[in-house]
Amino acid sequence: MSELLTPTAQKPISNRRDSHVMLSRVANSLYWMSRYIERSENMARLLDVNLQLMLDFADFNDDQLEKHWLPILCSAGDEETFFKLYEKADSESVTEFLTFREENPNSIISCLFSARENARQVRDQISLEMFETLNECYLFLKSSNAREIWQSGAHEFYEQIKKYSHLFQGLTGSTFTRNEGYEFINLGKFLERADKTTRILDIKYHILLPSVSDVGGAVDAAQWQAILRSASALEAYRRFHVEDILPKKVAEFLIFSPTFPRSIRACMQHLDGDLHRLSGKEHREYKSPEERAFGKLLSDMNFMTIEEILDSGLHQFLQLVQTTLDRLDDHIYQEYMYHPPVDTQAEILLHQQQMQQQQ
Amino acid sequence: MLLDHYQTEDFFDEMFTEAGAVRPHYQKVADRFHSLDSEEHRRKQTAVDLAFMRSGVTFTVYNDDQGTERIFPFDLMPRVIPDTEWQRIEKGLIQRITALNLFLHDIYHDQKILKDRVIPPHYILGAKHFRREFMGCNVPKDIYIHICGSDLIRDRQGNYLVLEDNLRCPSGASYMLENRTALKRAFPDIYRSARVQPVDGYAAELRKVLQHVAPASLGGIQPNVVLMTPGVFNSAYFEHAFLARQMGIPIVEGRDLVVRDARVYMRTTSGLVPVDVIYRRIDDDFLDPTVFRSDSLLGVPGLVNACRSGNVSLANSIGTGVADDKVVYYFVPQIIKYYLGEDPILPNVDTYLASENKDRLFILDNLEKLVVKSANEAGGYGMLMGPWASQEEISTFRDQIRANPRNFIAQHPISLSRHPTWCVEGLEGRHVDLRPYVLYGEKITVTPGGLTRVALRKGSLVVNSSQGGGSKDTWVLNGDS
Repeated sequence: MSELLTPTAQKPISNRRDSHVMLSRVANSLYWMSRYIERSENMARLLDVNLQLMLDFADFNDDQLEKHWLPILCSAGDEETFFKLYEKADSESVTEFLTFREENPNSIISCLFSARENARQVRDQISLEMFETLNECYLFLKSSNAREIWQSGAHEFYEQIKKYSHLFQGLTGSTFTRNEGYEFINLGKFLERADKTTRILDIKYHILLPSVSDVGGAVDAAQWQAILRSASALEAYRRFHVEDILPKKVAEFLIFSPTFPRSIRACMQHLDGDLHRLSGKEHREYKSPEERAFGKLLSDMNFMTIEEILDSGLHQFLQLVQTTLDRLDDHIYQEYMYHPPVDTQAEILLHQQQMQQQQ
Repeated sequence: MLLDHYQTEDFFDEMFTEAGAVRPHYQKVADRFHSLDSEEHRRKQTAVDLAFMRSGVTFTVYNDDQGTERIFPFDLMPRVIPDTEWQRIEKGLIQRITALNLFLHDIYHDQKILKDRVIPPHYILGAKHFRREFMGCNVPKDIYIHICGSDLIRDRQGNYLVLEDNLRCPSGASYMLENRTALKRAFPDIYRSARVQPVDGYAAELRKVLQHVAPASLGGIQPNVVLMTPGVFNSAYFEHAFLARQMGIPIVEGRDLVVRDARVYMRTTSGLVPVDVIYRRIDDDFLDPTVFRSDSLLGVPGLVNACRSGNVSLANSIGTGVADDKVVYYFVPQIIKYYLGEDPILPNVDTYLASENKDRLFILDNLEKLVVKSANEAGGYGMLMGPWASQEEISTFRDQIRANPRNFIAQHPISLSRHPTWCVEGLEGRHVDLRPYVLYGEKITVTPGGLTRVALRKGSLVVNSSQGGGSKDTWVLNGDS
């Protein structure tokens, strides 16, 4: 038999006839729908906080402005596209780029359009309330009203975006069946959230370097407060540490807090549970090298201290987390969402031959 | 108030008699609309439109790179049908689908109706949607047409006539259901007092039909049923998702399916899982690139073979399109007579066949008085409305008919009944038709009501959504008033 006639290898066949099977395409859409919504919320918070922060530094010159906004731009990873569209990075250009530009796949508008497109793909799977919320958000962003609100008061606009996300996540909790799909939604949410917390910290990691001279200055305090607020963590931090905002403590809180829902460790604990429910593996058993690397990092974090991390480099540590999560994302895709593509020409040939043989 | 200046003019009006009196089955609706002012009406209409927009009850406008989505215009005033009248419609539809189903079985097997010369064989064997690949093929429970949506109209005397049969992938059932939800919200008071027969059973009934035709080889195990859509950019995607959700079955695209050893599988998070029944919303031509159109990317290679092997059931079956060819439509009264020995309860519109010499001469001589239709077009396309057409359009059709007479039929224009409909100036008469939905499983059921489509443009007879049509909720009463 010629090689052309071998049908594309496919995943194994199961004989399930129950209503709980989930299409790989559906799993993929649920996962990305959830990631994009979480991403838009984080972006909205980050921009809102930094715009407010700028109010305190009204006398910044172009250079200082660029120094402030460039790391934020880089954390979103789209600086190349940005400089194709704008000359300089200031409050106006960066926030516009990260909010409204559809050329930027990670702008708030792009994220929410993608989330809604994914939701449309799985309209039969999610509750009407979930779809309606995303759809309302979409219609709001499509209307001219959105930009007007943004221009007359960016804070209100970002508040609205965060509310859509909160409403959506709340509705997911209260209207979505706890099935496999729920795990994919959670995987998307917590993976994105953990990743964003690393990026928020990474924006300011250089302040923790010993060589920087004005550690502890007024600018610094405001900046660290801004970091906490970017992760919606200021109040939680204050309840936990009844003292001044110390950079080291902030980093410790955002990395290690086992109870604050946006800390890296808390997100990873959620992910760990979701991964096990999906794979059906025992506690502390992992399905793939990527899952194992993730589990190892989570274990390490149970024993590490902030001092150790600072000694060996915060930036390096955050990068390790990001890489581990990236690999996990790839593993989830390969394991649950990817099927080898069908080679249509080979299939046609094969089926035509089979039909011939039947006569 | 809103109806004070209403004119029935020279048409059959659903709500008013010729003398201008309200028909008894419309009394409750009339009372409510009499007390409605235009401000309240506007408020209710806005609320309904907004709800449709928000929940995404929309269709995508083609040829628009903005991806604009529109709602299908919905008119708040319901169309009402008394019970006795409905029972006759129901009987007529059941008779028609039974005969058409027997006809399909016959032409894909013994072709007795052709041998007995009831229909000249060339009409069938040369029909665009006749699938010779399916000759001799058996389908589960001998059911070909599981879902049928025939379009009914009323002539000047108010007689119901069948305008066309839709036996491939009739659409619109979701609008029937959504319109009802919207109307209940807008007018809970009249809805309650009017004693309307419910339509919500449609999805459950459809699911039963699909389970009923599962391959016999399953031996009674609950089958895996899926709905197959061309994809999210199809104008009816909302309906596909809606019905799948109502039935609790997965919605799949061609790329989610794969055929191995003449069995269909879907690609899931736990590997390949068998599929037993497919409610497909894709035309025959696109189902399987190995058999029909080889350029189809929507289909699944090997699907037709799996179906012929009896490992998967399709609803509707492959090849039903031959029975809704408009030339075959001409023969439906004979088809009913031939298989059932009965006269049709719901008559056809008088039709001329361009391929019959005598008829063709008549058609060509009277083009400016007739409606000409292509045999296999839908959605109001490929039509000539003689009395309203320009000389140029008429001469184009004249050439086309001469070149390919098999492809055309002609009918006298039927003036379609009218119904009070909200227009800019208040309530005015607009032409309507009716598409009831028939499901054929263990038994044949007709959902009471259906989709009333209304031509919103003044004087227009074209009710299709793609051409300025809207819709109404359709009430079948428990009783006659």
